[in-house]
Amino acid sequence: MIALECIGLKKSFGGVLAVDDLSFSVEEHEAVGIIGPNGAGKTTVFNLITGLYRPSGGWVRFFGQDITAIDPARPAALGIARTFQNLRLFGSLSVLENVTMPILVKGGYGPLGAVLQSRRYVTAEKAARDRAMELLSLFRLAGKANLPAGSLPYGEQRRLEMSRALAASPRLLLIDEPGAGMNPKEIEGLLADIREIKKAFVLTVLIIEHQMRLVMNLSDRLVVMDFGRKIAEGAPGEIKKDRKVIQAYLGEDRDNTC
Amino acid sequence: MTLLGSARRLLIVSAMAYLLLKGFFLSGFATEYLQQIILYALIVIIASLGLNVIYGYTGQFSLGQAAFYGIGAYTSAYMTHVFSVGSALPFLPILLVSGIMSALIGYLIGFPILRLRDDFLAIATLGFGIFVRVFLDNSDRLIDALGGARGFVGIPRITSLDLVFPVVFILVLVTRNVIFSKYGLFWQCIKDDELASSAFGINTGRMKSMAFTYGCFLAGIAGGLYAHLYTFLHPSNFDFLKSIDFLIIVIVGGMGSITGTIMAGLVWVGFIEGLRIVLPTGLLEYRWVFIPLFLIILMFWKPYGLMANKESKLLGIDKAP
Repeated sequence: MIALECIGLKKSFGGVLAVDDLSFSVEEHEAVGIIGPNGAGKTTVFNLITGLYRPSGGWVRFFGQDITAIDPARPAALGIARTFQNLRLFGSLSVLENVTMPILVKGGYGPLGAVLQSRRYVTAEKAARDRAMELLSLFRLAGKANLPAGSLPYGEQRRLEMSRALAASPRLLLIDEPGAGMNPKEIEGLLADIREIKKAFVLTVLIIEHQMRLVMNLSDRLVVMDFGRKIAEGAPGEIKKDRKVIQAYLGEDRDNTC
Repeated sequence: MTLLGSARRLLIVSAMAYLLLKGFFLSGFATEYLQQIILYALIVIIASLGLNVIYGYTGQFSLGQAAFYGIGAYTSAYMTHVFSVGSALPFLPILLVSGIMSALIGYLIGFPILRLRDDFLAIATLGFGIFVRVFLDNSDRLIDALGGARGFVGIPRITSLDLVFPVVFILVLVTRNVIFSKYGLFWQCIKDDELASSAFGINTGRMKSMAFTYGCFLAGIAGGLYAHLYTFLHPSNFDFLKSIDFLIIVIVGGMGSITGTIMAGLVWVGFIEGLRIVLPTGLLEYRWVFIPLFLIILMFWKPYGLMANKESKLLGIDKAP
């Protein structure tokens, strides 16, 4: 089954076409990578899928349902979660609260239950905390549950962001540049983490990255973008040898050594 | 119900504080004036708590809190006038209605203005405050009893310690419970990062509206109590400078701390009124020199307020895993 489908997606900012007639699809349980040089329009694609931007043209479908120009607060309920390139954690809240938030947003009790601390309130809060602690243990953050999220070192913030995204129990996980600002050793750890969660949570993943090594290892299939357009698509092995991709990344006249 | 379980210590300490105050009031040491100041401080705490929900927790910078305080005050005073109410028990539903009136108006103007951010929202709420002030100044043309620029006179004195204290206690408890629930969590998420909040499914528009409406409700209740404490209302009591008072209390106490607001409310009213007693008559006008100095020193000493993001153990709900 096709989990996500973008058809002829377009976005212009003033005169600049950030995304130009982009079509691709992601099968359920598949991991697709979007790669391309800086400014190719990769993050814009995520913002179009999640409704932060309104497309200038084209459609987005999620499991057959039209979600073009969706209200930005709705994708979470449908089962789309994302991470951000620049880590938008709730910095002043505790590590635990960052992860309970996406669980509690799904309901459980109303305002009156909160005021009177009804039984449903107590069970929902406890269930959310337990689930959040499970996720935090998985990402080796359980010991830091009560620290403010903003006080964690960068690598741990990345892991926290991943656990927050998983707390939303998504069907589709959008990961935006997980390797940004990480050293090679941290990236190794991250690779292992993502592989593990993909297996454990049976996820469909769309991942943006410009570090080739990271994305090659993770993706079943790659979509290559340059200047808002799709210039190639295929298995990582084929993409490596694609002339257009090499040009976009390394400029002209180079061998296939990327 | 776990409500009583988690609030038992708070209940005991509050009861003790109440008995202490009651004894003090009855002892004869507390002059009428001093009693009035103490009650006023408790009222100010309610209104400031409302602003803390709006600004301290949810990050919506409002300069209009005094307007909602005024709406509550005038609504309740007009209702006791119409229904000729003079005692505490029939006054309670009136108090509730004045809170609801402020909440309703807050809810309605929240629709257009809560879309604005930061300083734009500040200007819009400031504008609303001026609108209310001008409206009250001319209110006698609409309903003569409101008094317009002459002021609203002849309000019965109903507010007493026995009325204010339980009201403050209940409202602090309700506010605490909401703040420590998922709603408080979502509010703080919105303050930290509105975009991420929305991406994780928080209906940011609805949550901001909820915080704003509840904050206005608290201001309305405080206004109703105020009107029946001083028995005279004047539009100048509810202008922009009064909003600044509440803002100072929230900031001095610490954004996002109920304990801080309670402490700062007491300190602030105590300090302003205390200076009135301590300073010789000739220097009284210099109060507003000392007060800013005090604020500057405080901000150097505790830039995030007395209790930034912290709660006293009495008010906290243990959420450790």
